[in-house]
Amino acid sequence: MPVKFSVLGDFSLQALKANKMRSFLTMLGIIIGVAAVILMMAIGQGAQDRVLAQINSLGSNLLMVLPGAAGQYVRGSGGSVNTMTLQDAQAVAGLPGVAYSAPIVRGSGLVTYQDQTWTTSIEGTTPEVVNISALQMAQGRFFGQSDVQSIAPVAVLGQTVYQNLYPPGTNPVGSQIRVHGITFRVIGLLQSLGASSGGQDRDDIIYIPVTTAQIRLLGVSNQSINAMQVQVRNKDEMDDVQAEITSLLRRRHRLAANQDNDFNIRNMAQIQSAAENVTSLLTIFLAGVAAISLIVGGIGVMNIMLVSVTERTREIGVRMAIGASKKDVLNQFLLEAVLLSLAGSFFGIVAGMAGARVFAFFVHWPAPVSLFSILLAVGFSIVIGVFFGYYPARRAAGLNPAEALSYE
Amino acid sequence: MSGPPLIQCQELTKVYPLKGVAVHALRGVDLEIARGEMAAIMGASGSGKSTLMNIIGCMDRQTSGRYHLDGVDVSTLKESELASLRNKKLGFVFQRYNLLPRASALYNVELPLFYAGLSGAEVTARALAALERVGLRDFARHRPNQMSGGQQQRVAIARAMVNNPLVILADEPTGALDTASSAEIMGIFQQMHSEQGVTVVIVTHEPDIAVYCQRKITMRDGSIAGDEPVIHRTIFNRGA
Repeated sequence: MPVKFSVLGDFSLQALKANKMRSFLTMLGIIIGVAAVILMMAIGQGAQDRVLAQINSLGSNLLMVLPGAAGQYVRGSGGSVNTMTLQDAQAVAGLPGVAYSAPIVRGSGLVTYQDQTWTTSIEGTTPEVVNISALQMAQGRFFGQSDVQSIAPVAVLGQTVYQNLYPPGTNPVGSQIRVHGITFRVIGLLQSLGASSGGQDRDDIIYIPVTTAQIRLLGVSNQSINAMQVQVRNKDEMDDVQAEITSLLRRRHRLAANQDNDFNIRNMAQIQSAAENVTSLLTIFLAGVAAISLIVGGIGVMNIMLVSVTERTREIGVRMAIGASKKDVLNQFLLEAVLLSLAGSFFGIVAGMAGARVFAFFVHWPAPVSLFSILLAVGFSIVIGVFFGYYPARRAAGLNPAEALSYE
Repeated sequence: MSGPPLIQCQELTKVYPLKGVAVHALRGVDLEIARGEMAAIMGASGSGKSTLMNIIGCMDRQTSGRYHLDGVDVSTLKESELASLRNKKLGFVFQRYNLLPRASALYNVELPLFYAGLSGAEVTARALAALERVGLRDFARHRPNQMSGGQQQRVAIARAMVNNPLVILADEPTGALDTASSAEIMGIFQQMHSEQGVTVVIVTHEPDIAVYCQRKITMRDGSIAGDEPVIHRTIFNRGA
């Protein structure tokens, strides 16, 4: 008659209690492994979330239209090919699938306020950029369409520019700054946007009307622009709108059928999925690190189990001599291994979650613990714990009692 | 006493394959031990006495020959039936006590009852009674590593007796004990034998121990070389 489960549970608990050190060391391997997997995957997930959040803050349904054929454009030298004009931007804005479209004319320059100077980037654009880039005012207002039409010398400051030019607490609205020797009136201050995913400071910028930039500041000929940002009404129509813009610009630029586009369109959704790929690689890498910790923990478990096998083989011999069947012995050892693995997993989950909290607190990254990582870690560690706990017992129970008792 | 002998061995042999060389531990042993006997199996080390003991105790199987315990041919039984047999009909005492070192004396004595499928208050009561019979009721909560060798062996005897077996098998039970403790242990075996009527088989290589028994079986080179009654039997006198 096999031993009752409750009695078996008592055997297991007695055995675990009787060997506190061994139980603890066995559990420690599992605790470290589980905690490492949970923590590493949380950190990886945190990094992924953070990068994606930043890309999303750029707007996920954005198209960036750049002058020059695809491949001709080199980052940083944008606008060297003057094939796109303000009129192109206005025409694109009239397409049905387009919510907003803003032209961009880029420059950089030394900005002076009283005796303070700061070199920053200057972006000439239209009020639509407020919607596209989700800009929020801290003070004052953004320039309007009338400012664009009247080529008004007005400027809206980013936080970094403001902090480097003005004493803390000053209201910049109404003050005058000089850029390339031209006086601008400050009409607004933006709220901080933080760094971009590329590490760029998105607050180190001054927005001015696109016409002002072209005519007064940069002296750009033939109304050319450096880029055009297009926000599509519906994310599902990205490809359609991209095709519409392509055919519109080809018509406007009078390109023959055999000619290549003299512009190229970048889809932010594509960039987003590329970034997603990169960060999920990071998560996989961290999971790999964690898996190694889990294996190292598993080897620790195995060592302890193998070291204790002599002692336990004799114990198995004793138990069989006084009436335990092979099945009783195996059930007991299986239960012991499961209990140890479960307890180790529990403490490992607690440690991993606490570690994720501590990490999030000190590094200011969210490190969300996922259910998947918990299940993965616990599942894996139970397999390891049970295998290494059960395997020596299986071997020992295969001996007859006389052999097990004389095992050295 | 009527019926077949409690222990009946016929032409038992046991061969261990050891590094390609066959070691003949038993070479045809015929032996009968009746219910209620107290017998010693003597012999030098390597004479096969422990091997015989393991087969009698259903802890090992013979290579050939037949062994009946209480009229049952043991070789026909399954592993789980053998386990049950060891639990109910046999009680073991070992030279090195073989208690669970970190469990209490009481728990050690309770173990066979758990394997018998019992639980609850009855188990504790019976284990305490068994400890009482070996004079260790006050040590129930002590662990073996807090006890002397003689005390540990008494716990082991209580464990062997707790399920009221037909036979107690003791393999060099005094091998690790001093003379005074050895005498005391033999006294307990004599007490179990006379009071409970249990059959006792003791393996030993010491003639001083064998004289506590009624019968002395001598083994040499895997065969029985002598089988005679003990004429001047030593009776342990508690309080002497």
